[in-house]
Amino acid sequence: MNTPDNIESILLLAALLFCIGMAGVMIRKNILFMLLSVEVMLNASGLAFIAAGAYWGQPDGQVMFLFILAMAAAEVSIGLALILQIYHLHRSLDIDKIKEMNG
Amino acid sequence: MSNLLWLLPAFPFLGFVLLTAIGKRLSSRHVALIGVGSITLAGIVSLILGISLLQHPLEHYSHTLWIWIDIGNFQPGMGLYVDTLAMVFLFVITVVGALIHVYACEFMEKDPDYSRFMSCMNLFVCAMLLLVMADNFLLLYLGWEGVGLCSYMLIGFWYEKPANGYAARKAFTMTRLGDISLAIGMMYLFYEFNSLNIAKIVALAPEQWALQPQTALIVTLLLLGGALGKSAQFPLHNWLPDAMAGPSPVSALIHAATMVTAGVYLIARMHALFELAPAVQGLIAIIGAVTLLLAGFSALVQYDIKRVLAYSTISQIGYMFLALGVGAWTAAIFHFMVHAFFKALLFLAAGAIIEALHHEHNMFRMGGLKSKLPLIFWTFLIASASLAAVPLLSAGFYSKDQILWYTLAGQYGNPVLYSMALVGALLTAAYTARMMLLVFWGQAKSQVLRPPGTRMSLPLIILALLTSLAGFLEFPHNFFHFTPFSDFLNSSLPLTSVKEQGFSEGISQVLAAVMTFVGAYIAYYFYHLRPNLLPVLKEQSWLLFLQQLWLKGWYFDQLYDFLWVRPFQWITAKNKEDVIDGWYSSLTSATRTMSDSLSLLQSGSLRWYVMGMVLGAILLLSLQILL
Amino acid sequence: MILLSLIVLLMLGGALSYLSERLNPYAPRWVALLTTLTSFVLVIIFWLGHYHRFTLSPAPNWLEEFRLEWIPTFGISFHLAIDGLSLILLALTCFLGLLAVLCSWREIQERTGFFYFNLLWILAGVAGVFMAIDLFLFYFFWEIMLIPMYFLIGIWGGHKRVYAAYKFFIFTQASGLLMLLSILGLYYSHGQLTGHYTFNYTELLGTTFSDPRGFWLMMGFCIAFAVKLPLIPFHAWLPDAHSEAPTAGSLLLAGILLKTGAYGLLRFVLPIFPVQAMEIATPAMWLGVTGVLYGAFLAFSQTDLKRLIAYTSVSHMGFVMMGLFAFNELALQGVVMQLITHAISTGALFLLAGMLKERLHTRDIGQMGGLWTRMPQLGTLGLVFALASLGLPGFGNFVAEFLILLGSFEAHRWHTVIAALGLVFSAVYSLRIVQKIFLGPQNRYGVLADFTHRERLMMGILAISIFWLGLFPQPVIHTARPAIVKLVELLSKESDTAYQPYYEPK
Repeated sequence: MNTPDNIESILLLAALLFCIGMAGVMIRKNILFMLLSVEVMLNASGLAFIAAGAYWGQPDGQVMFLFILAMAAAEVSIGLALILQIYHLHRSLDIDKIKEMNG
Repeated sequence: MSNLLWLLPAFPFLGFVLLTAIGKRLSSRHVALIGVGSITLAGIVSLILGISLLQHPLEHYSHTLWIWIDIGNFQPGMGLYVDTLAMVFLFVITVVGALIHVYACEFMEKDPDYSRFMSCMNLFVCAMLLLVMADNFLLLYLGWEGVGLCSYMLIGFWYEKPANGYAARKAFTMTRLGDISLAIGMMYLFYEFNSLNIAKIVALAPEQWALQPQTALIVTLLLLGGALGKSAQFPLHNWLPDAMAGPSPVSALIHAATMVTAGVYLIARMHALFELAPAVQGLIAIIGAVTLLLAGFSALVQYDIKRVLAYSTISQIGYMFLALGVGAWTAAIFHFMVHAFFKALLFLAAGAIIEALHHEHNMFRMGGLKSKLPLIFWTFLIASASLAAVPLLSAGFYSKDQILWYTLAGQYGNPVLYSMALVGALLTAAYTARMMLLVFWGQAKSQVLRPPGTRMSLPLIILALLTSLAGFLEFPHNFFHFTPFSDFLNSSLPLTSVKEQGFSEGISQVLAAVMTFVGAYIAYYFYHLRPNLLPVLKEQSWLLFLQQLWLKGWYFDQLYDFLWVRPFQWITAKNKEDVIDGWYSSLTSATRTMSDSLSLLQSGSLRWYVMGMVLGAILLLSLQILL
Repeated sequence: MILLSLIVLLMLGGALSYLSERLNPYAPRWVALLTTLTSFVLVIIFWLGHYHRFTLSPAPNWLEEFRLEWIPTFGISFHLAIDGLSLILLALTCFLGLLAVLCSWREIQERTGFFYFNLLWILAGVAGVFMAIDLFLFYFFWEIMLIPMYFLIGIWGGHKRVYAAYKFFIFTQASGLLMLLSILGLYYSHGQLTGHYTFNYTELLGTTFSDPRGFWLMMGFCIAFAVKLPLIPFHAWLPDAHSEAPTAGSLLLAGILLKTGAYGLLRFVLPIFPVQAMEIATPAMWLGVTGVLYGAFLAFSQTDLKRLIAYTSVSHMGFVMMGLFAFNELALQGVVMQLITHAISTGALFLLAGMLKERLHTRDIGQMGGLWTRMPQLGTLGLVFALASLGLPGFGNFVAEFLILLGSFEAHRWHTVIAALGLVFSAVYSLRIVQKIFLGPQNRYGVLADFTHRERLMMGILAISIFWLGLFPQPVIHTARPAIVKLVELLSKESDTAYQPYYEPK
C-alpha cells in the first residue's frame, strides 16, 4: 500500500460532497431528493474514511466504508418503503405538506 | 377522711357520663334525679369534710389517685388536696351548685335538650371541684380549662341563634388568652422548682426567691394573666356581659358564683408567691379598683337586667381583686362567699322574672312586680341589700366594709384606692336601687304569665337565708371580736396586717354607709321622684355620649375588634389561598410556559430539524476550533 | 420473626384482596379487614408480651431484630429491628389501617380489589419504614408507601384528584431523591472513614463528618422528612392531597404518613447528625413556631372542611418540629405523644368530614349549619374532636402539646411563648368548625341519618382512645422512654462539647 500524497484534496472533495448533500437535505422539498442527498452525505463520509484509512495504512477505513455501505442499503430500503407509504397516504412527496408531528 | 376526697368530683362526673350516654332516652324525671342527685351527693361529702375541718382547722386532706405523667422529675399526679381555703370554695360550689341544679330542674324542664343541659352542668361542677382541689398545677389547669369548656357549651346552649355561639366563642377565646399566660407561668414554675406541686412551690418560694425579685415578678404576672381572663377583670373583662346569652342558672352558677372567681382562688392559693412581688400586688389592687369602677358605671345604664347583674359581677370581683391586692386575703374570700350567695340569688330571681314575663329582659318593660311576684320581690330585695351593702343588716356590708377598710389600712392600702372603692360603693348602691325601682316599683308594663313553681322558689328561699346569715360569720374588729370565718381560714391564708392609721374603722364604716344611702337616693331621685328628668338630661349631648359609652361597656368590644379581630380576619382572608402554595404554583406555571415555548421548536418540519442539527454541529465545531 | 411476618402479612393480604375481587366485589373488604385485624392483634400481643422490657437498665436495645443479607457486596441487608418508639408507631399504623378499612366499607364501590390492595401496601410500606434500620431498605420502603398512595388519591379521589396526586407525588419523590443522595453520601463518608462500606444504621451512628459535608448530608434527610411532616414552607402538597383523597386516604395520610417524617427525624437525623442538628436548632424551632401560627391562620379562613383540617395538621406538626429540636426528654416524649394523638384526633376529624360528605355531598362548611339537631351524636363527637384538636386538658393532645412546650421552654423561652399563642388560634379555628357545621340556624336539608352502628363503633373507639391518652398517657410514655432516654443521652454527650444550654438545673 502506498500512501496518497494529496490527502488534503481528497478530504476537501469529501467535504464538498458532504456539503452538497447537506444543502440538498435542507433545501429540497421533495422527500425523494432529500433521501438522495442523505445518500450523498453518507458516501462523502465513506470517501473520507477510505482516504484516511489509506493515509494511515490501516484496514479500519475500508471496514467502516463497508459498514456504511451496508447501512446505507438498509436505510434506503426502509426509507424508500416509507416514502412509498407516504405517497400512498398523502398523494404527495412535498415535505412541507405532510408535517403533522409538531409539538 | 382523705379517702372521701375522690368522691367529690366523681359524683358529678358520673352524672355527666350517665346523662351524656343515655340522657336522651331517660324521662325528664330521671334526668333531674341524676343531675341533681349527683351534685347533692357531692354536697353531702363536702359538708362531711367541712365539719371535720371545722373541728381540726389546722389539718388538710390529700389523696393521690394515680400518677398522671411520669417523666424524670416531671410527675404531676391526679392528686387532690383540701385545706380550709379549698373547703370554702368546695362548700360554695357544691351547696350553691346543688341549689341551682334544683332550680334548673324546673327552669329548663320544657327544653328539648334538658339532658344535655344537666350533663354540662354536672361536668362543670366536676371541673370546678378539680380546679379547687388540685394539688398540682397541671390538674388545676385541667379544671381551669374544663370550666372554660363548660362555660362555652352552656353560653352557647341555645345554639340555633348565631349570637349565642358568638358570645360563647368570645368567652372561650378571651379566657384562653389568660389560660395561655397561666400555662407559661406553670412552665416557669416547673423550671424554678422542678415540680408543679402547689404545696411544695408555696413552701419553697420564699426562700428561693428571696434574692430573685425579678423571677417572682415575671411568674406572678403570668399567673395574674390567667386570673384576669377567668375572672373577667380589666383588660380581659368584656366577655362576661355577652356570656349572659346562656340560660339563667348558668349565669348564676358559672358567671357569678363559681367559675369567674377562679382567678380569686388562684391568687389566694398562691398568696405566698404574690407576697414576694409587691409590685404585682399593687397592680392587682389597681386592676381591681379600675375594673370595679369601669363595670360600675356600665351597670348604671344597662337596659337588660342580666347585663346589669353581669357588670355588677365584674365590679364585685373587682372588689375581691382589690382586697387581694392590698393583702386582705381573708376579706377577699369572705366577699367571694357572700357574693356567691347573693349574686346567685339575684341571677336566679332575675331568671324567674324573665321566665314569668315571657322572656322579657328589658327592665324598662317590667315594673310593678312587687305585688305580683312577692316571693321574688322579697328574695331579690334581700340580695340587693347585700349587693348595695346596706349597713348592719346585710351580709354585703360586713364583707365589703372589711375590704374598704383594708384598702385604706392594709399593708398596701392607700387613699387613692380607698376613694375609688368608695365611689364604687356609691355606684353599686345606685345601680342596685335603679334595678329594684325599675323592676318592682312603678307601673306594670308586662303580663305575668308564669309564676315560679316550688322547685324554683325553694332555692331562692334557701339562698336568701344563706345571704342573710352569711354576714354574721365575720364582724368588724371595732364591733366585737367574733371572726369565725377568718379564724377558719387562718391555717391556709395569712392574717391581714394593718398599718397605723389616723383614721378609725368606725369613720370608714360611716363613710361607706353614707355612700350607700347617697347612691340609693340618686337612683330614687331620678327613677322614682323625678322620672321626667332623665329624658331632659339626655338632650345634653355630653350626657348622651356618656350614657352610650357606658352602655357599650366603654367601647372595649369595638376597640378589641379593631385591634385584634379585624386584622386577624383581614390577614386570614387575604391569605386564604396560601402565598406559599402560590409560590409553588407559579413555579409550575413558569415550567409550563417554558415547555410551551420550547415545544414550538418542534414544528414537524423535517428541514427545520435538519437546519437545527447543522447549526448545532457548526456551533460545536467552531467551539472546538475556537477554544 | 414478627417483624417480617407483619410486612409479609400486609403485602399478601393486599395481593389476596386484589385477586378476590374476581370472586365477589365485596370480598376484598373482608380480606382487608381480616388482614388489618390480624396485624393489629399481632402487634398488641407483642407489645403486651414485651411490656416489662421497657426499662432503662439494662441499657435499652432492640426488642426484636431480623436480618437477612440482601446485596452483601454493597453492604446492603434486609435488616429490620424495633424498639419502643417504633413499636408505638407500628401499633398506630395497624390501628389506623383497621379504621381505614372500616371507613371505606361503603364509600368505595369501584375497583374495590385494587383499592384495598393499595391500602394494604401503604400499610406495609409504612410498617417497613418504621422497622427498617438499613438505610437502603429504609429508602426502599419509603418509596413503597408513596406509590400506592398516589394511586389511592389519583383513582378514588375528588374532582381535582389528578392534580393533587401529581403534586403529592412530585413533592415527596423529589425530596425522597434528596434523601437518597444523602444516604449515598453518608455511605461513602462512612466508608472512606472506616474502610467498611455499609448501610447499616447502627454502624453509621458514630460517623463524624468534615464541616460542610455533614451539614449538607443532614439537610438532605431533613428536607425529605420536613416535606413529609410537613413543615412550612414544604406543606403545599398537604391540603390538596388531603382534600382530594378518599376518606381512608386522608386518614392514612394524616394518621401515619406524616408520622414517618417525624419518625425519620427522630430515628435518623438526630442520632446520626447530633452536632449538625444542634447548629440548626434555632432556625428549625422558628420554622416550627411559624408553622404552628401559619397553619392556624390558614385553617381559620378555609371553607373546604377537609382543607381546613389539613391546615390544622400543619399547625400541629409545627409543635412536633419544635419538640424535636428542643433536645430534651420532656419535649421528645411530647413529640411521641403528639404523633399518636394527632393521628387519632385529626384522623377522627377526617372520618367525620367523610361522613358529612356522604350525607350532604359537599365539603363546603358554608353550606352546613345547625346539624346538631339532626345528628346529635355526630355533633357530640365533632365537638369532642374539635376540643381535642384545640388541646383541651383531659384529651391526649393536651398532654402532648404541653410536654412539647414545657420541654421547649427550657432553652427557647420566646419560641415557646409564641407557639403557646398558637393555642389561642387553635381554639379560634376549632370552635369555628363546630359553629359552622353543627351550631347556628338549621339549613334546609332533607332527612339526615345519625351514626350507623359501624360509624358509632369507629368514632367510639377513637373517642375512648383520645380520652385514655389524655388521662392515662403513661403506657405510651413508658414504652417510648428507653428509646428517648438513649437519644437524649447521645445528644447531651455531644452537647457537652458543642452546645451550652441556656437553663441550668437547680
